[in-house]
Amino acid sequence: MKRRIKPAEFAMQTLFLVCGLTAIAFVLLITVYLILAGLPAIREIGLTDFLLGRTWASTHATDPRFGILPMILTSVYGAAGAIVLGVPVGFFTALFLAKAAPPRLAGLIRPAVNLLAGIPSVVYGLVGMCVLVPALRAWLDLPAGDTLLAAMIVLAVMILPSVISVSDAALAAVPREYEEASLALGATPVETYLRVTAPAARGGVAAAVALGVGRAIGEAMAILMVAGNVANMPSLLSSVRFLTTGIAIEMNYAAPGSLQRQALFSIGLVLFFFIMVINILLNLALKRGREG
Amino acid sequence: MKKRFFPLLAILLIPPLLAACGARAMPPGLVGTVNTDGSTSMADVMAVLQETFREREPGVTVNYSGTGSGAGVEAALAGRADIGLSSRPLKESELAKGAAARTVALDGVAVIVHPSNPVSGLSLAQLREIFTGQVDNWSALGGPDAPIAVYGREAGSGTRGAFEELLDVTDQCAYTNEYGSSGDVVGNVSGNPNAIGYTSLASAGETVSAVAVEGTACTEETVRSGAYPIQRPFLLVTREGAALSPAAQAFLDYACGGEAGPYIARAGAVAP
Amino acid sequence: MDANLSRRAWNLLAKLALWLSAAATCALLLVVIGYIFLRGAPGLSWELLTTQESILRGTMGILPSILNTLYVVLVSLALVLPLGVGAAVYLTEYAKNRRLAWAVEFAAETLSGIPSILYALVGVILFCNALGLQKTLLAGSLTLVIMTLPTVIRTTQESLRTVPRSYREGALGLGAGKWRAIRTVVLPSSVDGIVTGCILTVGRVVGESAVLMYTAGLSTAMQDFSTIQGILRASGSTLTVALYVYAKERADFAIAFTIATLLLLLTGLIHLAAYLAGRLLRRR
Repeated sequence: MKRRIKPAEFAMQTLFLVCGLTAIAFVLLITVYLILAGLPAIREIGLTDFLLGRTWASTHATDPRFGILPMILTSVYGAAGAIVLGVPVGFFTALFLAKAAPPRLAGLIRPAVNLLAGIPSVVYGLVGMCVLVPALRAWLDLPAGDTLLAAMIVLAVMILPSVISVSDAALAAVPREYEEASLALGATPVETYLRVTAPAARGGVAAAVALGVGRAIGEAMAILMVAGNVANMPSLLSSVRFLTTGIAIEMNYAAPGSLQRQALFSIGLVLFFFIMVINILLNLALKRGREG
Repeated sequence: MKKRFFPLLAILLIPPLLAACGARAMPPGLVGTVNTDGSTSMADVMAVLQETFREREPGVTVNYSGTGSGAGVEAALAGRADIGLSSRPLKESELAKGAAARTVALDGVAVIVHPSNPVSGLSLAQLREIFTGQVDNWSALGGPDAPIAVYGREAGSGTRGAFEELLDVTDQCAYTNEYGSSGDVVGNVSGNPNAIGYTSLASAGETVSAVAVEGTACTEETVRSGAYPIQRPFLLVTREGAALSPAAQAFLDYACGGEAGPYIARAGAVAP
Repeated sequence: MDANLSRRAWNLLAKLALWLSAAATCALLLVVIGYIFLRGAPGLSWELLTTQESILRGTMGILPSILNTLYVVLVSLALVLPLGVGAAVYLTEYAKNRRLAWAVEFAAETLSGIPSILYALVGVILFCNALGLQKTLLAGSLTLVIMTLPTVIRTTQESLRTVPRSYREGALGLGAGKWRAIRTVVLPSSVDGIVTGCILTVGRVVGESAVLMYTAGLSTAMQDFSTIQGILRASGSTLTVALYVYAKERADFAIAFTIATLLLLLTGLIHLAAYLAGRLLRRR
């Protein structure tokens, strides 16, 4: 590139650079706006009262409370439940697709899994609301079926496709020699998959879990429709409010400029913090997965 | 690169052109947009008013955003909406900021249960006990031995505000579940035999049954006469002294004049 | 002998677990799709798709929501495509500053991890309030541009990387400038990635609900689509938001399931298009 650069070339180069910088600008913009919008309420309420307060009564006439501990715990429990329910099924499905399935069958199931990933979240919410919630009420003899358990099941279904595809890719990347060595030593194929292939794809599986946690913590609309939305301290069979649904349900109704609305932005900031931590863990897991 | 966008631009342009071809020549009349913002309980009333007003003034688009009464009044005061919609009387603080209201309809807050529920009437005292959690089984009210699921609206809702205030249980309710709109409460009560909830008469519908309160059923007549104890006004809110656009003024006059009454009744609310 | 038996049992169990998990996944898909079609498909009709709701006549139509969806897709695509392709070209063709390139990639990864409810918050603060756009299709589309940018960058980047080095060197050797080489050789041979990126973006926009609920409005009435300005200033619900509105605010589950059916059909179509685009374009 020692030649003299033509103006047109220079213009295009700058244009492309600007496009690249836009992505960085967006991240900065989001970070700055969320912090600016989220801090005032935290300052007014007090960080410990906000994070560790057990009562959320945002429009109480005389004694409004803005404690989001119930929502934080619900989000954590909800994500954990989704992982416990979704990851084993997802991982075994991936193992099946990558190793055990006849190639034709795998070729049929993979697009189906992709389709599962493409279904809009409100559709999952709708089915959860019309099928799962009444079913839970009837089976468990509850006053109402909108519970943390219902949300966990919906979340588990929603993270399933990404768990499957990330694990599938990680399992497919395990060197063939590992398996051949194991088979040559007299292990059956199934033993090889579970005791050789799966451990070798640890990093990828960790990434799948991290991705699933990120999805589960960030999902709003589907669980808004099945969780009942009362800010109780979480228990499996009671109505709960997540960080995301906490924002979603009051967002439309909070008067602009009110402490209630500002507190919703503060919940957003807390959620953003959670997501950033998970993203960093995800990147670490992916890097370790790539390195072996 | 640039060339690739021409087809895209063409696609972008085609639908509006088609739409323009399809549209009949507009009769002379008002032109403009009226943005209304506020109570979700007023969704049905607004939908009917939008539709009938469009037939009178085809050049005017009336938009409705269901955001909640408080937010709607704020939006009207701040000028972010032409007309705010409130499903409760204005508060002192809102009047002090210059909010002016005209009544477009009256609404009863119906107490609803699943159609299979044998309980058909409750007193105000019983309602208070149910919604504050002192009574938690239908057997105490003459129903089957089943837990009561208390459904309510989220914080900030005009219906919740009106219901809790009229029942004198403001901020004392122990809800099993909270829902984000009137229809949501109806939908969930219709799906749960244990449930009790409240919603505007306009949105109660046939999938749930409304119980009589203090012996009075929630109907158009009992609301208009004032006999039904839990009722509230639907208000169109503007800022005092602010000049409305001709289109907004025309809509306001149409909605609150007697002419829209039959249509409002069709939406389940009660014309004053 | 005993050890052999338990080993065989273990093998059988493990095999069963593999097959059962895959079967469960497939069953789940079939049940969800089957249930929605069962409840929603009977409601699909030409009238529904081509009219708007009328309370007076008691008829239902979702044309406004279909058009809202179409315009949000078009506007966000028109903006995110140049931006995303440009950023990908910068990363693969121009970036000499390693640290800057890393920062751009990290930013894109971060964007793809942010949940949509946070995009909704940012859209509300930034586009609806600070820029004064209110709840409009434009505000919604702009928010979606930020959200879908990483998808376009990633797919374009992947296919740019597969363009052989020799193509570029050939073009440059013939005396073409770098931009000319990119325009005439590199971009045309990675058109599959760009098209795939487009289709994935369409899929995400069609499926998005949280962002649009808070930035683009909830109205299901017909908007003024006669001019471009009218389109950008319109405020209404896309199909996903309409589904939410009908299911949650109006308790009208029949129409909600019909919209869900339509969304499933669209999702299937989008996946088919992505698959076909990938196959047909790559072969060239």
